[in-house]
Amino acid sequence: MSDPILKIEGICTNIAQYHILQGVDLVVPRGGVTMLLGRNGVGKTTTLRSVIGHWRAHEGRILFDGQDITQLPTAAIARAGLGFVPEDMGIFADLTVEENMILAAISGPIDPARLDWIFAAFPPLKTFWKSEAGTLSGGQKQMLSIARAMAEERKLYLIDEPTKGLAPAIISTMARALKDLKDQGASILMVEQNFAVAKALGDTANVMDDGRVIWSGAMEALANDARLQEQLMGLSMEAHST
Amino acid sequence: MTAAPEHAPTMARTTLRDRLAPYAPFLLVPALAVAGFLAVQNPASWLTLTVSGLAMGMMIFIMASGLTLVFGLMDVINFGHGAFVSVGAFVGISVLLALGQMTGAPSLGLNLLAVLAAVLAAMAATATMGWAFERVIVKPVYGNHLSQILVTMGGLIIAEQLIIVLWGPEEIYFTRPETLKGALTFGDAAIEKYRLVAVGVGLVVFAAMRFVLRRTKIGLIVRAGVQNGEMVAALGYRLRLVFVGVFIAGSALAGLGGVMWGLYQEVITAHMGNQAMILIFIVVIIGGLGSVEGCFVGALLVGLLQNYIAFVEPKLALISNIALMVAILMWRPMGMIPVVKAK
Repeated sequence: MSDPILKIEGICTNIAQYHILQGVDLVVPRGGVTMLLGRNGVGKTTTLRSVIGHWRAHEGRILFDGQDITQLPTAAIARAGLGFVPEDMGIFADLTVEENMILAAISGPIDPARLDWIFAAFPPLKTFWKSEAGTLSGGQKQMLSIARAMAEERKLYLIDEPTKGLAPAIISTMARALKDLKDQGASILMVEQNFAVAKALGDTANVMDDGRVIWSGAMEALANDARLQEQLMGLSMEAHST
Repeated sequence: MTAAPEHAPTMARTTLRDRLAPYAPFLLVPALAVAGFLAVQNPASWLTLTVSGLAMGMMIFIMASGLTLVFGLMDVINFGHGAFVSVGAFVGISVLLALGQMTGAPSLGLNLLAVLAAVLAAMAATATMGWAFERVIVKPVYGNHLSQILVTMGGLIIAEQLIIVLWGPEEIYFTRPETLKGALTFGDAAIEKYRLVAVGVGLVVFAAMRFVLRRTKIGLIVRAGVQNGEMVAALGYRLRLVFVGVFIAGSALAGLGGVMWGLYQEVITAHMGNQAMILIFIVVIIGGLGSVEGCFVGALLVGLLQNYIAFVEPKLALISNIALMVAILMWRPMGMIPVVKAK
């Protein structure tokens, strides 16, 4: 196995007086989609935010592409090649779709071919190119949030619940776009509560509970073992997907 | 790749009211001017008061624009902003007094050159001071509003005392450069030349700020940072550097405003910045924290209202701006042109 793109070694993160992460160990291989699963409040979002540097791990270390990024500023982590899609989408509502995309391309103007690819995945962004992002629907805002991460090639994409609160048709759009990104060889670490999407996209899975990763393995193995799902997450994915 | 389904949302037909809503704050300025005309009833007096109000508004805008961006970008309440106004005025006016031969000559070119030298010196001094102020006073108290208020007020007091040490405790009286003295007459109305200059400078500064904020990448970063600084950093931009840049630029603008305010009043004191802070805060609040456009409209409203009320009912002049703030916050609690903040 080649060097992983991301290796998290025993990180602990506190938010105010709460000990959210209590020794997370996680390996994200190069290429493919690594799913981070678990019930609400177990620390999935905090793990992603600790990687991007929004919250600081006070113990353990985070190795990205071989470099220790645990104490680097967020901007330096992003420039090292991390694309981040936060749970709240983080779009700039007063800026137009175009301006949001211009900002996302930190190394210069967006490559026209890449922009065409993004428009092919998310046609509404072309339609509303000059509109303020705040006027978009929830699904369109999520498209913009993911498109922003895709504006440049990144070594790793951190994507937090891309299908949260979206209509089934839009979820299909998201899943197709992410599948396309994966097929291009991208490395993705994704938090997802929609098990159908997780099952369709995931190559490896990590299940969290109480601020730790309690199970790691192939997504297929988890998806095909209802008893394991019950044991790890207290529910069966099949039942939750319908 | 399979494309996503095309979205063809059905848009509701917008009413005239809906379409005018975003421009309502801008319409308040001509509406207030019309109301002022009806109240004053004398066209010549109205024209004089209107130009005076616009000039005053422009100067307040120049002083306040940096403060609103600093607050919007980093959530920093800088009560020390008035120090830059005072220091700018003292440095600028000192340069003007030193260039007495140029300011006393009846030559527009020499006079403008002297004013330009004064403005550049004031902006350079306050930009440097802003850089030091941010590093020493503001940086240690990010995220703590109470500490920010206390230490920035402390910074203001220190700056005022330093002015007294360097320039003495007395007020400094002076006269404007020769060609900026006097008034132009339009019919029965006399309009001071300097006020026209102030209106022109204010418009140029506003246009320049709009250009930078709307048409350049650094402007995009600033506008995005005002809405969601965390996400700007996650895209790879060093927000702190941007903030320091905005703080320095805002300090320099306050210095420019200080020179202009000093030339307007023809007297400067160590406390002039502190006194201007009341108007500056009113303008920043009613405009919408972090909004340059809101700050511009708010400053014009404050300037116009104060002049009209001082003429029509002088006893009410003191409370007119507070009343304006109350009225606007009842109409739009987040200010006239609020910036959409990330939750």
